[in-house]
Amino acid sequence: MAEALKDRSMVLQKEMIANHFARLARAPETGEPVVYTFVPGNLTELIRSFDALPVLPEINALQSGMRKLSGDYIAEAERAGHSEDVCTYVKCDIGMMRSGNLGPGGLKLPKPDLLLLSYTGCYTFMKWFELLREEYDCPTVMFHVPYQGDGVLEPEHRNYMLRQLKEQVIPALEKATGRKYDEDKLRHHLALSAKAEDDLVAVLQAGKNRPSPIDGYFGTVYYVGPIFSAFRGTEEGVEYYRALRQEVEERAALGLGPITPDGPLEGERYRLVVEGPPNWTHFRDFWKMFSDEKAVVVASTYTKVGGTYDFGFRHNPDDPLGTLADYCSGCYTNLNLPTRIEMISRYIEEYQADGFLINSVKSCNSFSAGQLMILREVEKRTGIPGAFIESDLVDPRYFSAANIKNRLESYFQMIDARRLGKTA
Amino acid sequence: MGSGDAPTRAALVEKARDIYDDLDFGAVRRWLADHPGRKAAGYLPVYAPREIMHACGLLPVGIHGGGDRLEIIRGDAFYQSYICHLPRSVIELAQSGRLDMLSAVLFPSTCDVIRNLSGMWKLLYPEAYVRYIDVPQTPDKGAAADFWESELRRLVRDLGRVSGHHPTDAELRSSVELYNETRAMVRALYTARRERPWDLPTEELYVLLRAGELIPAEEFIAMSRDYLAAVEAEPRRPRDNSRVVVVGAFCEQPPLGLIMSIERAGCYIVDDDFLLGNRFLTRDVPLDGDPVRALAEAFVSNDQRTSVLFESDPLGKKRLMKECVAAANADGIIFATPSFCDPALLDQPMLRAGAENASIPCIAFKYAENTGQFQQFREQAGTFADSIKLWGDA
Repeated sequence: MAEALKDRSMVLQKEMIANHFARLARAPETGEPVVYTFVPGNLTELIRSFDALPVLPEINALQSGMRKLSGDYIAEAERAGHSEDVCTYVKCDIGMMRSGNLGPGGLKLPKPDLLLLSYTGCYTFMKWFELLREEYDCPTVMFHVPYQGDGVLEPEHRNYMLRQLKEQVIPALEKATGRKYDEDKLRHHLALSAKAEDDLVAVLQAGKNRPSPIDGYFGTVYYVGPIFSAFRGTEEGVEYYRALRQEVEERAALGLGPITPDGPLEGERYRLVVEGPPNWTHFRDFWKMFSDEKAVVVASTYTKVGGTYDFGFRHNPDDPLGTLADYCSGCYTNLNLPTRIEMISRYIEEYQADGFLINSVKSCNSFSAGQLMILREVEKRTGIPGAFIESDLVDPRYFSAANIKNRLESYFQMIDARRLGKTA
Repeated sequence: MGSGDAPTRAALVEKARDIYDDLDFGAVRRWLADHPGRKAAGYLPVYAPREIMHACGLLPVGIHGGGDRLEIIRGDAFYQSYICHLPRSVIELAQSGRLDMLSAVLFPSTCDVIRNLSGMWKLLYPEAYVRYIDVPQTPDKGAAADFWESELRRLVRDLGRVSGHHPTDAELRSSVELYNETRAMVRALYTARRERPWDLPTEELYVLLRAGELIPAEEFIAMSRDYLAAVEAEPRRPRDNSRVVVVGAFCEQPPLGLIMSIERAGCYIVDDDFLLGNRFLTRDVPLDGDPVRALAEAFVSNDQRTSVLFESDPLGKKRLMKECVAAANADGIIFATPSFCDPALLDQPMLRAGAENASIPCIAFKYAENTGQFQQFREQAGTFADSIKLWGDA
């Protein structure tokens, strides 16, 4: 297979991530504290304010998927008694740990000094850290983020989160790191977050251009990597998003399409909105099924799991703990189904999409349970027919290339037929 | 009623089974017809505060899917093949009009599937009151109690609007007292079964509890009292069965045939987590002070440990099965788990490891609420019971 083409920002990101994992690998010698946490509702600025390094198990799992290691890791976990029915991120993570705990790049991951359980929009997170606590025998702190069942952040829920941050999370971080809470330092990191978020939103909204200079799903999972993981609230993060924005704006000014692994995409034919996470084990093949057809994803929901910045949220250094609560509550999977449907419908309208696709992953009920209802409602509201495909996050057994390709080809034909006025 | 008129065990079980079998919720509809102007509120597994519904004048109605008696036609169109069976059968019940008597439905924070079902309900039935019940998960008891109290107060306010009756503190206290009695009755049934499982087979106890979630609490208490009296009056002979605990069935319920298969294979079920919401609060809620606060504190200081709550004690999972088996004087554990059930299946490796470290025999299988073939379960449970008897003391 030919080497995938990468744009400048991807090279920059690769260096950042490599440095981060090298620093993690050295943590047992340097004594830098390590905090494991999850992507949705991650408190990276707070962790950084204690000079601790974050580790995000979902990121490790998806990296294992992309590196074709997840199948063996999952098998390892299933041999140890984990069900074939449950989240493959969890099994991949546990299998990786039991296989030497080598992270992306092949460097050994350090043990956590603290498991910071940000329980945001995903039930499995709770079990995941209970399982890791058994493996690592380390402290765990639970941060319960109430679900937006009625589509709003209720004041009592915000107060509950603030209290947990003050009375549980911060003391746990103080104990794990041996450092005192420093609110000014947290404000500093939050200000950096807001800067990066401004640039990220400009990048995301570049998808409104015709042609779109970005792919709002396949390309954007790379773009959101730093802000969803270890780099929100850091100088490196700010620098990365500044560079990325510049790069994307240059492409937009020149009327260029997105970069794909096979080169620049020219002649955009289909503009799609995608709901649901991507498949990581066959990521490049999956992307190619779209790019071969000149289909560009102009907006997606998966790229909002670590924050819905494009609807206005920014971390606010003037309200350090309050803004963390607001952020956690507003992550995509913490929003109820009507809100998710509203958001997708809005994307279809604002980004002038002519198609809407759901990739339903077996592993993630937080996303998947209810997606057929989402499909039906979005079709009803927008008049745009949707498509539905199924795969998994990191279990290679659940990716049927022929099946997905057939469905996509049929769907693109349907869009063509609609354009010609051949169908309702 | 004279002692000669006391209902027989068979009559009581038949009555309970009729209520349980009736997928048109006839008992609920009859209650509504007999109480003009009153309304009913549904709740899904695992835990919802029935006291609040009752105090607001609503009949609490447990929604546990259609089991193996409902053909799924519409429900499958809402869910992918890898989602558990419960939500599709609940949707089937709703889409076929069987739940149209419910003015409100509460969706507890059992898992992501039930959580998302709350949003689907909002879209499908905008005229009903829908609330996602997010129970506190933080081990900080103060913050947890304050949060849960505010959630309960909201429920009192909202359900009061639904029913048109805003309860006084005295009415709330009275409802708490009633559900203390209900829970005490459930505990009495479980204690009697643990002590004399030959006299209280789980297939009978189970239908009694299922019926209890569809009729007023007062009726359930009376029916259970009669049942216990009938059991005393008609004792049965003990058998040389193995005593097992069934774990993992707290949400999507097993078909009755599965419970019967386990028992007929030579196992006495001496503890289980069926219909766990019935006994989620393990102690009486105090009747002094503010009743809502008392309910909130009872939840937080409760010692119920289940897969739907965060286990803050690092040794909790390791010890849980050992403690459970000791309390029930059981010989082994059957992990009976619905397919695709995240809470149960993600917990199982931890629970099973704890059990095996304590040298407790275990078996595991998966079911769906509509499972119709039980032979394989019977064979597995039979082999398990035999192995316990043959090797249990080795």
